[in-house]
Amino acid sequence: MNKELLLLLENNARYEVRDLASLLNEDETLVEKAIKDLEARNVIAGYHTIINWDKADTEISKAIIFVNCVPERESGYDKVAEKIARYPEVDSLYLISGKAEFMLQVNGKNMREVSNFVAHKLAPTEGVSGTETMFILKEYKLNGKELLDEREDGERLLVTP
Amino acid sequence: MMFEEEINQIVRNLKPSGIRKFFDIAATRKGVVSLGVGEPDFITPWHIREAAIYAIEKGRTFYTGNKGLPALRKGICDYYRRRFGISFDPEENAIVTVGGSEAIDIVLRTLLKPGDEVILPTPAYVAYAAIIEMAEGKVVEVELKEEDRFKLTPEVLEKAVTARTKAIILNFPGNPTGGIMTHDDYAKIVPILKKHHIFAVTDEIYAELTYEGKHSSIAEFDEIRDQTIVINGFSKAYSMTGYRVGYILAHKDLISMILKIHQYTIMCATTPSQYAAIEAVNNGDNDIAEMALSFKQRRNYIVKELNRIGLKTHMPEGAFYVFPSIKVTGLSSEEFCEKLLDEENLALVPGNAFGQAGEGYVRISYAYSLDEIKIAISRLESFLKNHG
Repeated sequence: MNKELLLLLENNARYEVRDLASLLNEDETLVEKAIKDLEARNVIAGYHTIINWDKADTEISKAIIFVNCVPERESGYDKVAEKIARYPEVDSLYLISGKAEFMLQVNGKNMREVSNFVAHKLAPTEGVSGTETMFILKEYKLNGKELLDEREDGERLLVTP
Repeated sequence: MMFEEEINQIVRNLKPSGIRKFFDIAATRKGVVSLGVGEPDFITPWHIREAAIYAIEKGRTFYTGNKGLPALRKGICDYYRRRFGISFDPEENAIVTVGGSEAIDIVLRTLLKPGDEVILPTPAYVAYAAIIEMAEGKVVEVELKEEDRFKLTPEVLEKAVTARTKAIILNFPGNPTGGIMTHDDYAKIVPILKKHHIFAVTDEIYAELTYEGKHSSIAEFDEIRDQTIVINGFSKAYSMTGYRVGYILAHKDLISMILKIHQYTIMCATTPSQYAAIEAVNNGDNDIAEMALSFKQRRNYIVKELNRIGLKTHMPEGAFYVFPSIKVTGLSSEEFCEKLLDEENLALVPGNAFGQAGEGYVRISYAYSLDEIKIAISRLESFLKNHG
Protein backbone atom coordinates (compact mmCIF):
# COMPACT_ATOMS: atom_id res chain seq x y z
CA MET A 1 0.00 0.00 0.00
CA ASN A 2 2.82 2.44 0.91
CA LYS A 3 3.99 3.28 -2.60
CA GLU A 4 0.45 3.82 -3.89
CA LEU A 5 -0.32 5.92 -0.83
CA LEU A 6 2.79 8.03 -1.30
CA LEU A 7 2.02 8.62 -4.96
CA LEU A 8 -1.47 9.85 -4.05
CA LEU A 9 -0.14 12.16 -1.35
CA GLU A 10 2.66 13.44 -3.55
CA ASN A 11 0.01 14.63 -5.96
CA ASN A 12 -2.40 15.98 -3.37
CA ALA A 13 -1.42 16.30 0.28
CA ARG A 14 -4.92 17.42 1.21
CA TYR A 15 -6.68 14.08 0.64
CA GLU A 16 -8.73 13.12 3.66
CA VAL A 17 -7.81 9.82 5.25
CA ARG A 18 -11.33 8.58 4.55
CA ASP A 19 -10.95 9.25 0.81
CA LEU A 20 -7.49 7.70 0.72
CA ALA A 21 -8.89 4.58 2.35
CA SER A 22 -11.65 4.36 -0.28
CA LEU A 23 -9.26 4.91 -3.18
CA LEU A 24 -6.90 2.24 -1.88
CA ASN A 25 -9.71 -0.10 -0.83
CA GLU A 26 -8.14 -0.26 2.62
CA ASP A 27 -9.33 0.23 6.15
CA GLU A 28 -9.31 3.82 7.37
CA THR A 29 -7.41 3.09 10.58
CA LEU A 30 -4.76 1.19 8.61
CA VAL A 31 -4.23 4.13 6.28
CA GLU A 32 -4.01 6.53 9.19
CA LYS A 33 -1.45 4.30 10.84
CA ALA A 34 0.57 4.00 7.64
CA ILE A 35 0.72 7.80 7.27
CA LYS A 36 1.80 8.27 10.89
CA ASP A 37 4.49 5.66 10.38
CA LEU A 38 5.75 7.25 7.14
CA GLU A 39 5.89 10.61 8.89
CA ALA A 40 7.75 9.15 11.85
CA ARG A 41 10.34 7.56 9.57
CA ASN A 42 10.75 10.87 7.69
CA VAL A 43 9.66 9.18 4.44
CA ILE A 44 6.98 11.85 4.39
CA ALA A 45 9.25 14.76 5.28
CA GLY A 46 6.59 17.46 5.16
CA TYR A 47 3.58 18.87 3.32
CA HIS A 48 3.98 21.76 1.00
CA THR A 49 1.80 24.09 -1.07
CA ILE A 50 2.70 25.03 -4.63
CA ILE A 51 2.25 28.79 -4.84
CA ASN A 52 2.39 30.91 -7.93
CA TRP A 53 3.81 33.99 -6.15
CA ASP A 54 3.68 35.99 -9.32
CA LYS A 55 -0.11 35.83 -9.21
CA ALA A 56 -0.23 36.58 -5.49
CA ASP A 57 1.21 40.06 -6.14
CA THR A 58 3.95 39.30 -3.68
CA GLU A 59 7.49 40.16 -4.59
CA ILE A 60 9.82 37.24 -4.15
CA SER A 61 13.23 36.59 -5.61
CA LYS A 62 14.61 33.15 -6.33
CA ALA A 63 17.99 32.07 -7.60
CA ILE A 64 19.66 28.86 -8.65
CA ILE A 65 23.23 28.79 -7.36
CA PHE A 66 26.05 26.47 -8.32
CA VAL A 67 28.54 26.03 -5.51
CA ASN A 68 32.06 24.67 -5.86
CA CYS A 69 33.54 23.18 -2.78
CA VAL A 70 36.46 21.18 -1.50
CA PRO A 71 35.59 17.84 0.07
CA GLU A 72 36.70 17.26 3.62
CA ARG A 73 38.64 14.26 4.79
CA GLU A 74 36.25 11.66 6.32
CA SER A 75 33.00 13.56 5.90
CA GLY A 76 33.34 14.29 2.15
CA TYR A 77 30.75 16.87 1.13
CA ASP A 78 28.21 16.13 3.85
CA LYS A 79 29.62 18.52 6.48
CA VAL A 80 29.66 21.47 4.08
CA ALA A 81 26.19 20.55 2.85
CA GLU A 82 24.88 20.48 6.39
CA LYS A 83 26.25 23.95 7.07
CA ILE A 84 24.67 25.37 3.89
CA ALA A 85 21.36 23.59 4.42
CA ARG A 86 20.89 25.20 7.83
CA TYR A 87 20.34 28.67 6.35
CA PRO A 88 16.60 29.30 6.08
CA GLU A 89 17.21 31.16 2.80
CA VAL A 90 18.17 27.84 1.20
CA ASP A 91 15.02 26.23 -0.21
CA SER A 92 16.63 23.12 -1.66
CA LEU A 93 20.12 21.74 -1.91
CA TYR A 94 21.52 18.98 -4.12
CA LEU A 95 24.90 17.31 -4.58
CA ILE A 96 25.31 17.08 -8.35
CA SER A 97 27.63 15.75 -11.00
CA GLY A 98 29.22 18.17 -13.46
CA LYS A 99 31.13 21.39 -13.12
CA ALA A 100 29.90 22.28 -9.63
CA GLU A 101 29.50 20.21 -6.49
CA PHE A 102 26.22 21.65 -5.22
CA MET A 103 23.16 23.19 -6.76
CA LEU A 104 20.84 25.11 -4.51
CA GLN A 105 17.76 27.23 -4.75
CA VAL A 106 17.75 30.31 -2.58
CA ASN A 107 14.64 32.37 -1.89
CA GLY A 108 14.58 35.95 -0.66
CA LYS A 109 12.25 38.93 -0.55
CA ASN A 110 14.16 40.63 -3.36
CA MET A 111 17.39 40.43 -5.37
CA ARG A 112 19.31 42.42 -2.78
CA GLU A 113 18.43 39.95 -0.07
CA VAL A 114 19.57 36.99 -2.20
CA SER A 115 22.77 38.81 -3.19
CA ASN A 116 23.53 39.63 0.43
CA PHE A 117 23.03 36.02 1.38
CA VAL A 118 25.48 34.85 -1.29
CA ALA A 119 28.09 37.50 -0.50
CA HIS A 120 27.93 37.42 3.27
CA LYS A 121 26.83 33.91 4.17
CA LEU A 122 27.26 31.39 1.39
CA ALA A 123 30.55 32.40 -0.26
CA PRO A 124 32.49 32.75 3.02
CA THR A 125 31.33 29.33 4.26
CA GLU A 126 34.30 27.15 5.08
CA GLY A 127 34.93 24.67 2.27
CA VAL A 128 33.13 26.76 -0.38
CA SER A 129 35.58 27.75 -3.11
CA GLY A 130 33.26 29.51 -5.57
CA THR A 131 29.65 30.33 -6.46
CA GLU A 132 27.71 31.09 -9.60
CA THR A 133 24.30 32.73 -9.13
CA MET A 134 21.48 32.62 -11.68
CA PHE A 135 18.34 34.57 -10.84
CA ILE A 136 15.04 32.98 -11.83
CA LEU A 137 13.13 35.28 -14.17
CA LYS A 138 9.89 33.37 -14.60
CA GLU A 139 8.46 30.09 -13.38
CA TYR A 140 6.68 27.89 -15.89
CA LYS A 141 6.34 24.67 -13.95
CA LEU A 142 6.73 23.95 -10.24
CA ASN A 143 6.74 20.52 -8.59
CA GLY A 144 5.00 18.94 -11.55
CA LYS A 145 2.34 21.65 -11.93
CA GLU A 146 2.27 23.89 -14.99
CA LEU A 147 1.69 27.53 -14.12
CA LEU A 148 0.79 28.76 -17.58
CA ASP A 149 -2.52 30.56 -17.93
CA GLU A 150 -3.08 30.17 -21.63
CA ARG A 151 -3.25 26.40 -21.41
CA GLU A 152 -6.54 25.12 -22.70
CA ASP A 153 -7.81 21.59 -22.39
CA GLY A 154 -10.38 20.05 -24.68
CA GLU A 155 -13.90 19.41 -23.48
CA ARG A 156 -15.66 16.09 -23.40
CA LEU A 157 -19.28 15.65 -24.42
CA LEU A 158 -21.76 15.28 -21.55
CA VAL A 159 -22.87 11.77 -22.40
CA THR A 160 -21.26 9.32 -24.82
CA PRO A 161 -21.61 5.57 -25.41
CA MET B 1 -40.57 12.65 -42.73
CA MET B 2 -39.26 13.13 -46.26
CA PHE B 3 -38.07 10.21 -48.41
CA GLU B 4 -39.84 7.73 -46.10
CA GLU B 5 -40.20 5.17 -48.89
CA GLU B 6 -36.91 5.77 -50.67
CA ILE B 7 -34.63 5.24 -47.68
CA ASN B 8 -33.19 1.79 -47.08
CA GLN B 9 -35.56 0.02 -44.73
CA ILE B 10 -32.78 -1.34 -42.57
CA VAL B 11 -31.53 2.15 -41.84
CA ARG B 12 -35.06 3.46 -41.35
CA ASN B 13 -35.76 0.77 -38.79
CA LEU B 14 -32.55 1.26 -36.83
CA LYS B 15 -33.39 2.54 -33.39
CA PRO B 16 -31.58 5.76 -32.50
CA SER B 17 -29.20 5.14 -29.61
CA GLY B 18 -30.84 5.54 -26.18
CA ILE B 19 -27.74 7.42 -25.19
CA ARG B 20 -28.26 10.04 -27.85
CA LYS B 21 -31.66 10.89 -26.39
CA PHE B 22 -30.09 11.46 -22.99
CA PHE B 23 -27.35 13.56 -24.39
CA ASP B 24 -29.93 15.83 -26.03
CA ILE B 25 -31.84 16.36 -22.77
CA ALA B 26 -28.69 16.87 -20.69
CA ALA B 27 -27.28 19.37 -23.18
CA THR B 28 -30.24 21.73 -22.71
CA ARG B 29 -29.74 22.00 -18.94
CA LYS B 30 -27.38 24.13 -16.88
CA GLY B 31 -25.21 22.88 -14.02
CA VAL B 32 -25.50 19.25 -15.03
CA VAL B 33 -23.01 16.91 -13.41
CA SER B 34 -22.48 13.89 -15.60
CA LEU B 35 -21.08 10.44 -14.96
CA GLY B 36 -22.22 9.47 -18.43
CA VAL B 37 -19.11 9.65 -20.53
CA GLY B 38 -17.54 6.61 -22.19
CA GLU B 39 -14.02 7.94 -22.58
CA PRO B 40 -11.02 8.51 -20.29
CA ASP B 41 -10.63 11.93 -18.66
CA PHE B 42 -6.87 12.19 -19.20
CA ILE B 43 -5.49 14.45 -21.87
CA THR B 44 -3.39 12.38 -24.25
CA PRO B 45 0.15 12.15 -22.81
CA TRP B 46 2.28 14.96 -24.19
CA HIS B 47 4.88 12.80 -25.94
CA ILE B 48 2.08 11.27 -28.01
CA ARG B 49 0.48 14.63 -28.83
CA GLU B 50 3.91 15.91 -29.75
CA ALA B 51 4.42 13.01 -32.16
CA ALA B 52 1.19 13.97 -33.95
CA ILE B 53 2.26 17.61 -34.13
CA TYR B 54 5.70 16.63 -35.40
CA ALA B 55 4.15 14.47 -38.15
CA ILE B 56 2.09 17.43 -39.34
CA GLU B 57 5.08 19.79 -39.08
CA LYS B 58 7.18 17.43 -41.20
CA GLY B 59 4.46 17.17 -43.81
CA ARG B 60 3.69 13.53 -43.08
CA THR B 61 0.15 14.09 -44.25
CA PHE B 62 -0.18 11.89 -47.33
CA TYR B 63 -2.20 8.70 -47.57
CA THR B 64 -0.48 5.68 -46.08
CA GLY B 65 -0.76 2.14 -47.43
CA ASN B 66 -4.23 0.67 -46.92
CA LYS B 67 -3.16 -1.54 -44.05
CA GLY B 68 -1.52 1.36 -42.22
CA LEU B 69 2.10 2.36 -41.66
CA PRO B 70 4.42 -0.68 -41.47
CA ALA B 71 6.08 0.74 -38.31
CA LEU B 72 2.69 0.99 -36.64
CA ARG B 73 1.68 -2.56 -37.59
CA LYS B 74 5.00 -3.81 -36.28
CA GLY B 75 4.54 -1.79 -33.08
CA ILE B 76 1.08 -3.27 -32.58
CA CYS B 77 2.27 -6.85 -33.09
CA ASP B 78 5.24 -6.29 -30.74
CA TYR B 79 2.82 -4.86 -28.22
CA TYR B 80 0.49 -7.89 -28.37
CA ARG B 81 3.45 -10.20 -27.83
CA ARG B 82 4.91 -8.07 -25.04
CA ARG B 83 1.71 -7.40 -23.12
CA PHE B 84 -0.44 -10.48 -23.79
CA GLY B 85 1.99 -13.11 -25.09
CA ILE B 86 0.19 -13.52 -28.44
CA SER B 87 2.04 -13.44 -31.77
CA PHE B 88 0.81 -11.86 -34.98
CA ASP B 89 2.65 -11.05 -38.18
CA PRO B 90 2.60 -7.33 -39.03
CA GLU B 91 2.55 -8.00 -42.76
CA GLU B 92 -0.15 -10.65 -42.89
CA ASN B 93 -2.31 -10.32 -39.79
CA ALA B 94 -2.88 -6.61 -39.16
CA ILE B 95 -4.94 -3.69 -40.46
CA VAL B 96 -4.98 -0.23 -38.89
CA THR B 97 -8.52 1.18 -38.80
CA VAL B 98 -10.31 4.40 -37.96
CA GLY B 99 -10.98 3.47 -34.35
CA GLY B 100 -12.41 0.22 -33.06
CA SER B 101 -15.76 1.28 -34.55
CA GLU B 102 -14.63 0.90 -38.15
CA ALA B 103 -13.02 -2.39 -37.24
CA ILE B 104 -16.31 -3.78 -35.89
CA ASP B 105 -18.11 -2.67 -39.03
CA ILE B 106 -15.75 -4.07 -41.64
CA VAL B 107 -15.20 -7.34 -39.76
CA LEU B 108 -18.93 -8.02 -39.54
CA ARG B 109 -19.56 -6.96 -43.12
CA THR B 110 -16.86 -9.38 -44.21
CA LEU B 111 -18.29 -12.30 -42.24
CA LEU B 112 -22.04 -11.95 -42.55
CA LYS B 113 -24.40 -13.16 -45.24
CA PRO B 114 -28.02 -12.00 -44.98
CA GLY B 115 -29.74 -13.91 -42.19
CA ASP B 116 -26.54 -15.11 -40.50
CA GLU B 117 -26.88 -15.08 -36.75
CA VAL B 118 -24.48 -13.27 -34.44
CA ILE B 119 -24.57 -14.06 -30.75
CA LEU B 120 -24.39 -10.82 -28.79
CA PRO B 121 -23.92 -11.05 -25.03
CA THR B 122 -25.84 -8.14 -23.54
CA PRO B 123 -25.83 -5.61 -21.95
CA ALA B 124 -23.47 -4.56 -24.74
CA TYR B 125 -21.93 -1.47 -26.27
CA VAL B 126 -24.58 0.15 -28.46
CA ALA B 127 -22.88 -0.18 -31.84
CA TYR B 128 -22.72 -3.97 -32.16
CA ALA B 129 -26.43 -4.65 -32.73
CA ALA B 130 -26.79 -1.77 -35.17
CA ILE B 131 -23.76 -2.85 -37.20
CA ILE B 132 -24.95 -6.47 -37.30
CA GLU B 133 -28.35 -5.29 -38.56
CA MET B 134 -26.78 -3.02 -41.19
CA ALA B 135 -24.82 -6.03 -42.43
CA GLU B 136 -28.18 -7.85 -42.69
CA GLY B 137 -27.26 -10.25 -39.94
CA LYS B 138 -29.57 -11.32 -37.14
CA VAL B 139 -28.80 -10.33 -33.58
CA VAL B 140 -29.20 -13.16 -31.08
CA GLU B 141 -28.98 -11.64 -27.62
CA VAL B 142 -27.81 -13.71 -24.69
CA GLU B 143 -27.99 -12.26 -21.24
CA LEU B 144 -24.92 -11.61 -19.08
CA LYS B 145 -26.15 -11.87 -15.52
CA GLU B 146 -25.11 -9.90 -12.51
CA GLU B 147 -24.92 -13.09 -10.43
CA ASP B 148 -22.32 -14.42 -12.92
CA ARG B 149 -20.39 -11.13 -12.54
CA PHE B 150 -21.43 -10.39 -16.13
CA LYS B 151 -19.32 -13.25 -17.52
CA LEU B 152 -20.40 -15.41 -20.44
CA THR B 153 -21.10 -18.96 -19.29
CA PRO B 154 -21.10 -22.08 -21.51
CA GLU B 155 -24.70 -22.88 -20.53
CA VAL B 156 -25.98 -19.54 -21.77
CA LEU B 157 -23.89 -19.73 -24.95
CA GLU B 158 -24.83 -23.31 -25.84
CA LYS B 159 -28.55 -22.50 -25.79
CA ALA B 160 -28.15 -19.70 -28.33
CA VAL B 161 -26.25 -21.69 -30.96
CA THR B 162 -28.14 -22.70 -34.12
CA ALA B 163 -27.14 -23.96 -37.56
CA ARG B 164 -27.06 -20.33 -38.72
CA THR B 165 -24.73 -19.01 -36.00
CA LYS B 166 -21.82 -17.34 -37.75
CA ALA B 167 -20.08 -15.35 -35.04
CA ILE B 168 -20.09 -14.18 -31.46
CA ILE B 169 -19.14 -10.74 -30.15
CA LEU B 170 -16.91 -10.80 -27.08
CA ASN B 171 -16.17 -7.55 -25.26
CA PHE B 172 -14.22 -8.17 -22.08
CA PRO B 173 -13.47 -6.04 -20.11
CA GLY B 174 -16.84 -4.79 -21.20
CA ASN B 175 -18.82 -1.66 -21.65
CA PRO B 176 -21.20 -1.14 -19.78
CA THR B 177 -20.68 -3.78 -17.09
CA GLY B 178 -16.93 -3.74 -16.43
CA GLY B 179 -17.08 -7.56 -16.50
CA ILE B 180 -14.03 -9.58 -17.53
CA MET B 181 -13.25 -13.13 -18.69
CA THR B 182 -10.21 -14.98 -17.33
CA HIS B 183 -8.31 -17.65 -19.24
CA ASP B 184 -10.27 -20.29 -17.30
CA ASP B 185 -13.58 -18.61 -18.13
CA TYR B 186 -12.71 -18.68 -21.83
CA ALA B 187 -11.54 -22.30 -21.62
CA LYS B 188 -15.15 -23.29 -20.88
CA ILE B 189 -16.62 -21.68 -23.99
CA VAL B 190 -13.82 -22.37 -26.48
CA PRO B 191 -14.90 -25.99 -27.16
CA ILE B 192 -18.39 -24.77 -28.12
CA LEU B 193 -17.01 -22.19 -30.55
CA LYS B 194 -14.70 -24.81 -32.04
CA LYS B 195 -17.38 -27.49 -32.38
CA HIS B 196 -19.80 -25.19 -34.22
CA HIS B 197 -17.08 -23.22 -36.00
CA ILE B 198 -18.26 -19.87 -34.67
CA PHE B 199 -16.05 -16.86 -35.35
CA ALA B 200 -14.94 -15.14 -32.14
CA VAL B 201 -14.93 -11.38 -32.72
CA THR B 202 -13.18 -10.13 -29.61
CA ASP B 203 -13.25 -6.40 -28.96
CA GLU B 204 -10.42 -5.83 -26.48
CA ILE B 205 -10.49 -2.05 -26.39
CA TYR B 206 -10.54 -2.07 -22.55
CA ALA B 207 -7.82 -4.75 -22.23
CA GLU B 208 -5.37 -2.47 -20.44
CA LEU B 209 -8.00 -1.48 -17.90
CA THR B 210 -7.96 -4.84 -16.13
CA TYR B 211 -7.45 -4.40 -12.42
CA GLU B 212 -7.05 -7.79 -10.80
CA GLY B 213 -4.36 -9.73 -12.62
CA LYS B 214 -3.59 -9.66 -16.32
CA HIS B 215 -5.95 -9.31 -19.29
CA SER B 216 -6.79 -12.60 -20.97
CA SER B 217 -7.66 -12.83 -24.67
CA ILE B 218 -9.51 -15.64 -26.38
CA ALA B 219 -6.75 -15.44 -29.01
CA GLU B 220 -4.60 -17.35 -26.50
CA PHE B 221 -6.42 -20.53 -27.57
CA ASP B 222 -4.61 -22.06 -30.53
CA GLU B 223 -7.45 -24.47 -31.29
CA ILE B 224 -9.68 -21.59 -32.41
CA ARG B 225 -6.98 -19.10 -33.33
CA ASP B 226 -7.85 -19.12 -37.07
CA GLN B 227 -11.46 -18.23 -36.34
CA THR B 228 -10.59 -15.50 -33.82
CA ILE B 229 -10.60 -11.86 -34.85
CA VAL B 230 -9.05 -9.39 -32.43
CA ILE B 231 -10.25 -5.79 -32.44
CA ASN B 232 -8.41 -3.23 -30.37
CA GLY B 233 -7.32 0.39 -30.50
CA PHE B 234 -5.64 3.32 -28.84
CA SER B 235 -8.65 5.18 -27.44
CA LYS B 236 -8.97 3.75 -23.95
CA ALA B 237 -5.45 2.53 -23.14
CA TYR B 238 -3.71 5.79 -24.07
CA SER B 239 -6.62 8.23 -23.78
CA MET B 240 -6.60 8.86 -27.53
CA THR B 241 -10.32 8.72 -28.35
CA GLY B 242 -10.33 11.66 -30.73
CA TYR B 243 -7.42 10.37 -32.83
CA ARG B 244 -9.59 7.52 -34.09
CA VAL B 245 -7.01 4.76 -34.38
CA GLY B 246 -7.89 1.10 -33.98
CA TYR B 247 -6.80 -2.18 -35.49
CA ILE B 248 -7.74 -5.70 -36.46
CA LEU B 249 -5.55 -8.77 -35.90
CA ALA B 250 -6.68 -11.94 -37.66
CA HIS B 251 -5.84 -14.83 -39.97
CA LYS B 252 -4.30 -13.62 -43.23
CA ASP B 253 -7.14 -14.93 -45.37
CA LEU B 254 -9.61 -12.94 -43.31
CA ILE B 255 -7.38 -9.87 -43.36
CA SER B 256 -7.15 -9.91 -47.14
CA MET B 257 -10.95 -9.91 -47.40
CA ILE B 258 -11.52 -7.32 -44.67
CA LEU B 259 -8.92 -5.16 -46.39
CA LYS B 260 -11.11 -4.95 -49.49
CA ILE B 261 -13.86 -3.14 -47.60
CA HIS B 262 -11.34 -0.98 -45.76
CA GLN B 263 -9.56 0.13 -48.93
CA TYR B 264 -12.74 1.10 -50.74
CA THR B 265 -14.49 2.84 -47.86
CA ILE B 266 -11.67 4.35 -45.81
CA MET B 267 -8.46 4.11 -47.85
CA CYS B 268 -6.33 4.43 -44.72
CA ALA B 269 -6.48 5.67 -41.14
CA THR B 270 -5.60 9.32 -40.55
CA THR B 271 -1.87 9.70 -41.13
CA PRO B 272 -0.81 12.04 -38.27
CA SER B 273 -2.88 9.92 -35.89
CA GLN B 274 -0.99 6.85 -37.06
CA TYR B 275 2.31 8.55 -36.21
CA ALA B 276 0.98 9.43 -32.77
CA ALA B 277 -0.06 5.79 -32.36
CA ILE B 278 3.48 4.60 -33.20
CA GLU B 279 4.80 6.73 -30.34
CA ALA B 280 2.08 5.42 -28.01
CA VAL B 281 2.53 1.75 -28.79
CA ASN B 282 6.32 1.84 -28.56
CA ASN B 283 6.80 4.23 -25.64
CA GLY B 284 3.50 4.32 -23.79
CA ASP B 285 3.62 1.39 -21.37
CA ASN B 286 4.24 3.75 -18.43
CA ASP B 287 1.29 5.94 -19.39
CA ILE B 288 -0.93 2.87 -19.41
CA ALA B 289 0.23 1.85 -15.95
CA GLU B 290 -0.29 5.31 -14.51
CA MET B 291 -3.76 5.79 -15.95
CA ALA B 292 -4.90 2.26 -15.07
CA LEU B 293 -3.80 2.78 -11.46
CA SER B 294 -5.79 5.99 -11.25
CA PHE B 295 -8.90 4.28 -12.67
CA LYS B 296 -8.52 1.42 -10.26
CA GLN B 297 -8.41 3.83 -7.30
CA ARG B 298 -11.49 5.66 -8.50
CA ARG B 299 -13.25 2.33 -9.03
CA ASN B 300 -12.50 1.39 -5.41
CA TYR B 301 -13.80 4.75 -4.28
CA ILE B 302 -17.05 4.79 -6.22
CA VAL B 303 -17.99 1.19 -5.41
CA LYS B 304 -17.55 1.85 -1.71
CA GLU B 305 -19.59 5.05 -1.90
CA LEU B 306 -22.40 3.49 -3.94
CA ASN B 307 -22.75 0.68 -1.45
CA ARG B 308 -22.71 3.20 1.40
CA ILE B 309 -25.63 5.16 -0.07
CA GLY B 310 -27.63 1.99 -0.58
CA LEU B 311 -27.01 1.01 -4.21
CA LYS B 312 -25.70 -2.53 -4.01
CA THR B 313 -22.73 -2.63 -6.38
CA HIS B 314 -20.21 -5.40 -6.97
CA MET B 315 -16.59 -4.56 -7.71
CA PRO B 316 -16.12 -4.73 -11.50
CA GLU B 317 -12.72 -6.04 -12.62
CA GLY B 318 -12.21 -3.93 -15.72
CA ALA B 319 -13.08 -0.88 -17.88
CA PHE B 320 -14.21 2.34 -16.12
CA TYR B 321 -17.86 1.62 -15.50
CA VAL B 322 -19.97 0.26 -12.70
CA PHE B 323 -23.36 -1.16 -13.53
CA PRO B 324 -25.47 -1.23 -10.37
CA SER B 325 -29.02 -2.51 -10.13
CA ILE B 326 -31.61 0.19 -9.40
CA LYS B 327 -34.46 -2.30 -8.92
CA VAL B 328 -34.85 -1.28 -5.23
CA THR B 329 -36.33 2.01 -6.41
CA GLY B 330 -39.10 0.32 -8.39
CA LEU B 331 -38.30 2.61 -11.32
CA SER B 332 -37.39 1.55 -14.83
CA SER B 333 -33.88 2.49 -16.00
CA GLU B 334 -35.20 5.34 -18.12
CA GLU B 335 -37.53 6.66 -15.44
CA PHE B 336 -34.65 6.56 -12.98
CA CYS B 337 -32.31 8.50 -15.25
CA GLU B 338 -34.93 11.01 -16.38
CA LYS B 339 -36.00 11.78 -12.80
CA LEU B 340 -32.39 11.92 -11.66
CA LEU B 341 -31.59 14.46 -14.33
CA ASP B 342 -34.75 16.41 -13.61
CA GLU B 343 -34.53 16.45 -9.83
CA GLU B 344 -30.79 16.39 -9.14
CA ASN B 345 -29.19 17.52 -12.39
CA LEU B 346 -27.12 14.33 -12.56
CA ALA B 347 -26.70 12.47 -15.87
CA LEU B 348 -26.24 8.69 -15.93
CA VAL B 349 -26.95 6.31 -18.79
CA PRO B 350 -29.99 3.99 -18.46
CA GLY B 351 -29.03 0.32 -18.60
CA ASN B 352 -31.61 -0.54 -21.24
CA ALA B 353 -29.66 1.60 -23.74
CA PHE B 354 -27.35 -1.46 -23.85
CA GLY B 355 -30.09 -3.97 -24.61
CA GLN B 356 -33.11 -5.31 -22.76
CA ALA B 357 -30.81 -7.21 -20.40
CA GLY B 358 -29.72 -3.86 -18.99
CA GLU B 359 -33.20 -2.95 -17.81
CA GLY B 360 -33.19 -2.33 -14.07
CA TYR B 361 -29.58 -1.08 -14.14
CA VAL B 362 -27.73 2.16 -14.79
CA ARG B 363 -24.25 2.71 -16.17
CA ILE B 364 -22.03 4.94 -14.09
CA SER B 365 -18.70 6.00 -15.52
CA TYR B 366 -15.92 6.84 -13.09
CA ALA B 367 -13.68 8.51 -15.67
CA TYR B 368 -14.08 11.72 -13.68
CA SER B 369 -12.14 13.63 -11.04
CA LEU B 370 -12.70 12.69 -7.42
CA ASP B 371 -14.40 16.05 -6.83
CA GLU B 372 -16.90 15.41 -9.63
CA ILE B 373 -17.56 11.91 -8.35
CA LYS B 374 -18.19 13.29 -4.85
CA ILE B 375 -20.78 15.78 -6.07
CA ALA B 376 -22.46 13.09 -8.16
CA ILE B 377 -22.60 10.71 -5.20
CA SER B 378 -24.20 13.32 -2.97
CA ARG B 379 -26.82 14.05 -5.62
CA LEU B 380 -27.49 10.36 -6.08
CA GLU B 381 -27.76 9.92 -2.33
CA SER B 382 -30.38 12.63 -2.06
CA PHE B 383 -32.27 11.10 -5.01
CA LEU B 384 -32.28 7.66 -3.41
CA LYS B 385 -33.62 9.13 -0.16
CA ASN B 386 -36.60 10.49 -2.05
CA HIS B 387 -37.19 7.30 -4.04
CA GLY B 388 -36.06 4.59 -1.64
